[in-house]
Amino acid sequence: MGKFSGFGITLKQVFKKPVTTRYPKEKRPKPERFHGRHVLNRYEDGMEKCIGCELCAGVCPARCIYVRGADNPPDAPVSPGERYGFVYEINYLRCIHCDLCVEACPTEAITETKLFEFSFAHRADAIYTKNELLVDDEGHAKRQPWELWLGGEDDETSAWMRATSPSGAAAYEGRIVWSSELGVGYRQPEQGQRRKKAD
Amino acid sequence: MILAADPLFKNGVDGEVVLIVIGKTLVVFALLLVLVLLYIWFMRKVIADMQNRIGPATAGPFGVLQTLADGIKLFFKEQSIPDQADSFVFKLAPYLSALPAFLAFAIVPIGGEVSIAGHQTYLQLADPEIGVLLLLAMSGIGLYGVMLAGWSSGSKYPLLGSVRASAQLISYEAAFSLAIVGVLLWSGTLSTRGIVNGQAWTGWDSFATQWYWAPASIAFVIFIIAAIAETNHPPFDLVEAEQELVGGFHTEYTGIRFGIFFLAEFMNLITMSAIAVTLFLGGPSGPSLGFLPASGTVNAWIMPCFWFFLKLVILLYGTVWIRASLPRLRYDQLMDLGWKWLIELAFLWAMVTGIIIIAKQQDWDLLLVVPAAALGALAVLGFLRLCMPKPGEFMDEVY
Repeated sequence: MGKFSGFGITLKQVFKKPVTTRYPKEKRPKPERFHGRHVLNRYEDGMEKCIGCELCAGVCPARCIYVRGADNPPDAPVSPGERYGFVYEINYLRCIHCDLCVEACPTEAITETKLFEFSFAHRADAIYTKNELLVDDEGHAKRQPWELWLGGEDDETSAWMRATSPSGAAAYEGRIVWSSELGVGYRQPEQGQRRKKAD
Repeated sequence: MILAADPLFKNGVDGEVVLIVIGKTLVVFALLLVLVLLYIWFMRKVIADMQNRIGPATAGPFGVLQTLADGIKLFFKEQSIPDQADSFVFKLAPYLSALPAFLAFAIVPIGGEVSIAGHQTYLQLADPEIGVLLLLAMSGIGLYGVMLAGWSSGSKYPLLGSVRASAQLISYEAAFSLAIVGVLLWSGTLSTRGIVNGQAWTGWDSFATQWYWAPASIAFVIFIIAAIAETNHPPFDLVEAEQELVGGFHTEYTGIRFGIFFLAEFMNLITMSAIAVTLFLGGPSGPSLGFLPASGTVNAWIMPCFWFFLKLVILLYGTVWIRASLPRLRYDQLMDLGWKWLIELAFLWAMVTGIIIIAKQQDWDLLLVVPAAALGALAVLGFLRLCMPKPGEFMDEVY
């Protein structure tokens, strides 16, 4: 009765759990190193990490980042160093989320979140300035009106940093070589990303 | 007189009787529409279950209003008529296919005999003496909707689709009618009420002894296959194979006219399942609640309806299951199955049934007659199959 074995197969499925996720009510967990939209991080004392070096703008293959640095005002410094990011803009109509800016950044100022659900009604909305990119006083990404995500989804903001051993050296694996973040403190290193020596 | 068998008309026709008939008509019409809405939802849910999905879940509780929402959307869609179309026939065709589907449902006994406002009446719209023939006539007339829709579109592909559809309908009409004969021989009447009365509930064994599915088992299987093919449902839906063709005869239709074709198709399916329940599964017959009075509301109204709809839902679940499981047939396989197998089998089954009935009347030895009749039928079937051309063999004399 090979022709009719299909009936058994379909009937078996009735007792299995459906695989459907009721998006957007439910969301599946994102991959560990998901590349979503950026945030500009701050130190725990509230200082901005960006030093306006423009390395991110230089490395960007899509040329979507525009940075201008300026000297810190001596009486009210914005970042701990000499200079700070005076202008910081990312054009999300061009950004390809390659994460090269994150790799280039010497101070871990720019990292990518797992947030990706944003569709703009105006082209101007696609250009995120410091106003939109900088984390708020609790260290959370600022949710724009057109972005569809809930609180808590922005927790994992710098997974790439923590998943890779610093400098690529195995001896550093599991050691914290990154700076603390506003509202979070020192993020713990991620385990289980080791590769075998043979590969 | 088409309605005469109903006890409603025993004492002549007055205003009250007419009102009751109108009321019954409206109820049956609304019932069929609601059944279609629910069936489409049910079908999508069950298929989703069988494919590890959820199915419609947003509109209303469990998505039950999804079909209603789709229907409302179709009403407000633009309706276009092609330049080359015969616009009167084009507009008429959807109704020509929906109306017979509804009329065929009129003969289905939904419940037993009840009394409305002092009048005794059957819980069915009409009980004509030609009963089952009306069903055959209606499924034949439903063909006009399909044929005219394809023809009046003024476009060649709908025309081809309608030719294919009508060829399919006609091919299976024969097996369909012969399968019904298998029941009619036992019941001895064409009236659906008579057929249902012949399968009345007499105890738990009447499931096997009274209902006609057991003595007419092969006819039952043939009936189900032919009915699914008649209603263009998977695996016989190659006329409108959505995954392969743009559409069949209804390619040029848009908006609610397109919707009416689907309404008619699902109405046909429900009607066919209801007829299968009537002919083979005893219709509304089933155990009533013994602790309640036999003529009370529950036992006279609700229990027969409950049994009818329970059987209907089981059959409809079967159609959905088939839809989810079987791949679509090729056109030549469809014709092979119809002409080379079902018609012969149904015909021989009817003959064997006739012989058995005669043998019972004449008190012949059944142990001798039944095997002899079966062997004879098998011999005839084998001979017929030998006469058929093999695949790839051409009948030269035709050309």
